[in-house]
Amino acid sequence: MDALEMGNYGIYVWSCFAITLAVIVISDVQARLRHKQVYRAIEVRIKALEERQ
Amino acid sequence: MWKWFHKLASPPHIYRLAAIFIPWLAIPGLMLIAYGAYAGLFVAPEDYQQGDAFRIIYVHVPSAYLSMMAYMFMAFGGAIGLIWRMKLAHAVGAAAAPIGAAFTFLALVTGSIWGRPMWGTWWEWGDPRLTSELILLFLYFGYMALRSSIDDTAKADKACAVLALVGVVNVVIVHYSVVWWSSLHQGQTLFKEGGPAMDKSMLYPLLAMILGFTLLFGALLARRIRTEVLYRERRTRWVREMILSPEGGK
Amino acid sequence: MNAATPQQPGMLVGLLAITRRDLLLAWKRPGDVLNPLFFFAMVCTLFPLAVGPSAEQLTFSGPGVLWVAALLATLLSLNSLFLGDHEDGSLDQLLVSAQPLPVLVLGKTLAHWLTSGLPLVLISPVLALTYRMPGNVMGVLMLTLLLGSICLSLLGSIGAALTVGLNRGTALLSLLILPLAMPVLLLGANTVSLAAGNELYSTGVWALAAYAVAAISLAPYATAAALRISNE
Repeated sequence: MDALEMGNYGIYVWSCFAITLAVIVISDVQARLRHKQVYRAIEVRIKALEERQ
Repeated sequence: MWKWFHKLASPPHIYRLAAIFIPWLAIPGLMLIAYGAYAGLFVAPEDYQQGDAFRIIYVHVPSAYLSMMAYMFMAFGGAIGLIWRMKLAHAVGAAAAPIGAAFTFLALVTGSIWGRPMWGTWWEWGDPRLTSELILLFLYFGYMALRSSIDDTAKADKACAVLALVGVVNVVIVHYSVVWWSSLHQGQTLFKEGGPAMDKSMLYPLLAMILGFTLLFGALLARRIRTEVLYRERRTRWVREMILSPEGGK
Repeated sequence: MNAATPQQPGMLVGLLAITRRDLLLAWKRPGDVLNPLFFFAMVCTLFPLAVGPSAEQLTFSGPGVLWVAALLATLLSLNSLFLGDHEDGSLDQLLVSAQPLPVLVLGKTLAHWLTSGLPLVLISPVLALTYRMPGNVMGVLMLTLLLGSICLSLLGSIGAALTVGLNRGTALLSLLILPLAMPVLLLGANTVSLAAGNELYSTGVWALAAYAVAAISLAPYATAAALRISNE
């Protein structure tokens, strides 16, 4: 298929697009995970303080 | 009007506002990227000099552009934080750094992959843009390293702000000195993206990609700003109330 | 101003006083001065050992190698800029002094340059000889090292101020300063290469001089700000 071949440049073009997609997805996923982590840590601490009272 | 501005700058408002912004930025951004990628890959005609390889421009240029825009966010955030002592401005800078580093990495990798069929080599020291971009990556790493090595948040904010501002001056100087240097060692002709004037069918997808990437950057930034704000405000009452309340505040 | 108010010493007096003090301190710790010089010499020795002693290669790579070695040696020496004062508490004294902090910083950096940058410039011809550098090129080398070392000391002081008192601050210091130092290295080494190739090299020299002037006028402010931040 011409789209995949890209006149012999296929592997270069597609790997660039693939890496770009991968990095953006990883960046987003990592940001979400970190947010969850931070949230959970604070939640645990606050709930523990609540119980003590 | 200042009341609105101050309300805007209050952390709980930012936390909630950013959450609303994320989908409003991400969805149009992704749509533009989808159009730009499709048109860039399949619709735009192949380039006169480079054939289909020029299509890498559709990810390389937006990445490079964002790598610099993110740095501006870091520098401006730092400046505003230092001058007006707005903690939020510092949070914006801290949030922008990893995103900027990621796009700088992308610019370098896509630039390198583009160079392989064009110049026959994975890296070209003579190209001023690649070299300047590499130095920009080091600037990002330095910023993030400095931030993580200072425990006190306020201190880290100010130190990083100073570093970012010194870096801005440096970016300009680096650019000019690398251009001069590569003109000395001119073996390769400087790579011109897509040729001198771009045909509309090539240009529109590129503009769409740049705009789409920018919106996406905004969404990524908003998400990270929320985390920054949440962490910095972790001991405040509004966070406590928000977490204890039934809907939580994710 | 009435007779009861004592006259504050002027800025120049303050500058000279602190420079003199740092020079005296450096005199007492010759290691701080000599180690970077030995390092400079050693790095210059490592290259021919690694890549072979062919005369052609040496002449060709001489400017670059000497410049990189000088840069690394300067990085090494920057550690001690604020460390001593930080450890014994004099840094706090400097921070509350009536003299403007940028002036004091300039004085310290001047003393530091006199004990690190300048010696490098002075021994560079000896090492350049081992790289078979012709005399006129050596002159350009010394000139660029002179201007460049001034830039490096000043830029380095910013990094040193940001990292003073941090653990593993040394590695971080190098990471922070390297991007700032790259244009200096570029300009310096390539100007010498141009001279070696008998081409016009004055642009590089002027650019370095401009960079040095800019550094002298701006860096002390950044360093002062960084010192205040690191020590609050």
